[in-house]
Amino acid sequence: MGSADPLGRNIRRFSRTERAAHWWLAATVGAMTATGAILYFPALAQLLDRPTAKHLHLWSAIALPVGWLILTLVGDRRSLGRTLRDADRFDHDDVTWLKGGPRRLLDRRGEPPQGRLNAGQKLNLALTLGLLGVLGISGTLLWLGERDTAYRFAGSVHVHDLATLALTFLVCGHLYLALFHPATQGALTGVTTGYVDRDWARAHHAKWVEAEERAEAARDSGAAEQPLEPALPATLGEQLPER
Amino acid sequence: MDSDRGYPLGRAAFLGTLAAGVAGIAITSRFSGAVTDAMNGVANAIPVVNQIAPTSGWRIYAVDPPMPTYDASTYRLKIGGRVGKPVELSLADLAAMPTVEQVSDFHCVTGWTVNQVRWRGVRPQTLIELVQPAADIRQVTFKSLEGPYVDGLKPAQLVLPDTLIATHMDGVPLTRAHGAPVRLVIPAMYGYKSVKWVSEIRFDQTESAGYWEQRGYDIDAWVGRSNGLG
Repeated sequence: MGSADPLGRNIRRFSRTERAAHWWLAATVGAMTATGAILYFPALAQLLDRPTAKHLHLWSAIALPVGWLILTLVGDRRSLGRTLRDADRFDHDDVTWLKGGPRRLLDRRGEPPQGRLNAGQKLNLALTLGLLGVLGISGTLLWLGERDTAYRFAGSVHVHDLATLALTFLVCGHLYLALFHPATQGALTGVTTGYVDRDWARAHHAKWVEAEERAEAARDSGAAEQPLEPALPATLGEQLPER
Repeated sequence: MDSDRGYPLGRAAFLGTLAAGVAGIAITSRFSGAVTDAMNGVANAIPVVNQIAPTSGWRIYAVDPPMPTYDASTYRLKIGGRVGKPVELSLADLAAMPTVEQVSDFHCVTGWTVNQVRWRGVRPQTLIELVQPAADIRQVTFKSLEGPYVDGLKPAQLVLPDTLIATHMDGVPLTRAHGAPVRLVIPAMYGYKSVKWVSEIRFDQTESAGYWEQRGYDIDAWVGRSNGLG
């Protein structure tokens, strides 16, 4: 895990399974957002008939955990477990990072050294999963309520609306930081190719790069007879080989 | 490794969000009206949002889009079935009939409410006197220009004092989204009974389930006393 290319320019941040889990989440949440918007906004109500929009909405909701389950069964589940453990644990530097408040998201000057995931990314993952759980619970109640009135609560629709609003804000912030914000754009290749620029990583995820480099050094000195890493193209845009 | 030390704040944030969601369902169930008002109030205050979000409180549900259109010169409201004098009313015919105004609340079975809607239209009693239905009527069926949509009222429900065959809402002719040119309004029941884009009113000897009633909703959709809501 976490090997660098021979030129040392890039460093591996996410496994193929982690990236597949990310893009499956993006695709299914995108589908739920689109169909949900058709169900919610009067101006969009005409794009699709209500029963069809509802079916697509529900099937995307089912597809999300089913896809993740399949990934844990056939994919590299150790890498998924590593990400969950990383996101769960906040060390002193993470807490200091969070104490910088919302401004820290945009201004990284003087941030304490961060691991593979910074404290904001950890919080983003935890809140995203929590909100998905809330949407799953309230959505299930809405679905059950149509079949058995014992499950019908007026609050289900309010919480489903509010959680959608919260998740929308979270995703918009995530997209801004990933696509547009200069300091954090460097992370984007991590979730497309799996690799990020080593210098960028050293600046923003110092503790992770140090740990990786210690592991690399130990591998290089201790196991010279091990097969070499597959050669990597110098450009990040090309598909990189998987291990 | 980071994971070997530190605080498990990730799971705390995850579980906290879940707990807040579950508590939120319980709490907002008890204060549903206030929550609706608050959310509409916030959305109304934000310029772009109040243009696109259902901030008037209305959410528009179409079961077979696009929403139906009609030609005002050829539109006829057919009233038939077991009646002495079936009629086909043009919009001019309807406009010439005695109309009434009422202000009533509109409740959707999915939990939203629009308070104080100003309707104008014709009382069902006026149409009953016009077509003279038979004595053995058990249901009055409203067919929509929107293909599959249909729903019906029992005769006693049709003549409730605030049941209305509406042509205007909030001072203007019904918009397409709100059921132009003619819709039923029965404030005592959830919105799925208030058929939009009405093309035909039929006096029937037999009862039949409406569009949503075939999909599990109560036929007698009394607000607060049906569909598990109390």
